[in-house]
Amino acid sequence: MDLNSIGFFVFGAVAVLASLGVIGQRNPMHSVMLLIVSFGALAGLYILLDAPFSAVTQIIIYAGAIMVLFLFVVMLLNAHTEADSVPAILGPRGMQIGALLSILLAGEIVWGLSRLGLTWFGNDPATIANISSVSRIGLAIFTTHAFAFEVTSILILVSMVGAVVIARRGH
Amino acid sequence: MISLNHYLVLSGVLFAIGTAGVFLRRNLITILLSIEIMLNAVNLTFVAVGRYLGTVDGQVITFFVMTVAAAEAAVGLALVIALFRHRETLSPDAFTLLKW
Repeated sequence: MDLNSIGFFVFGAVAVLASLGVIGQRNPMHSVMLLIVSFGALAGLYILLDAPFSAVTQIIIYAGAIMVLFLFVVMLLNAHTEADSVPAILGPRGMQIGALLSILLAGEIVWGLSRLGLTWFGNDPATIANISSVSRIGLAIFTTHAFAFEVTSILILVSMVGAVVIARRGH
Repeated sequence: MISLNHYLVLSGVLFAIGTAGVFLRRNLITILLSIEIMLNAVNLTFVAVGRYLGTVDGQVITFFVMTVAAAEAAVGLALVIALFRHRETLSPDAFTLLKW
């Protein structure tokens, strides 16, 4: 087993276990912390996929900015525990159907993918250098995807104004 | 050796965990966190397929998805704060005014 495989299984296991912890925790503060762990594991997977730019933006934007926003709201609202502490399996019928549907979804995805043959990653050093180059990504964002980039900036402006207006006290 | 399928199965499992969180949790903040898990599962698919096809487009889309996730988190959390001010609770069962 080479280093790449060991890394994949370690990071994958950490990501899945941390995500399960996120939806299993009663305390939202612990959920946020576990989600940061999951994002760190995903950043490791991006490194293994020769995408260091995505790994670093994952850490900076997700773990650094979005999760801090969540932490602020959790601390601001001071709502530490969920109101009803009914175990999920014993919950109302709708929740049971929801759990069943998500297990079905996982089974369906795994079944569908296992019917495909295994597709291996190419190992051409020129291609790998091409996709892990930040300058190539910047070139693609600012030339090929320039329109999407500009629309994104409008989206951010709108969401910024929207967040301020929605959370404002006393209309 | 690790193939593309390994990454696709992993991201499928993460996506299913996210949907389970949305279905099972009765806390608005945890539901938003589950949506973030789903967005990240999709990001992993984009990066893995980009690596397989040998293009940077997967990483470019990942960048845009992260931006949309940031916008979604900002607006979603503002809504959570506004709702919490009205009812002093985070349970989605308390907000059923629009429910038929």
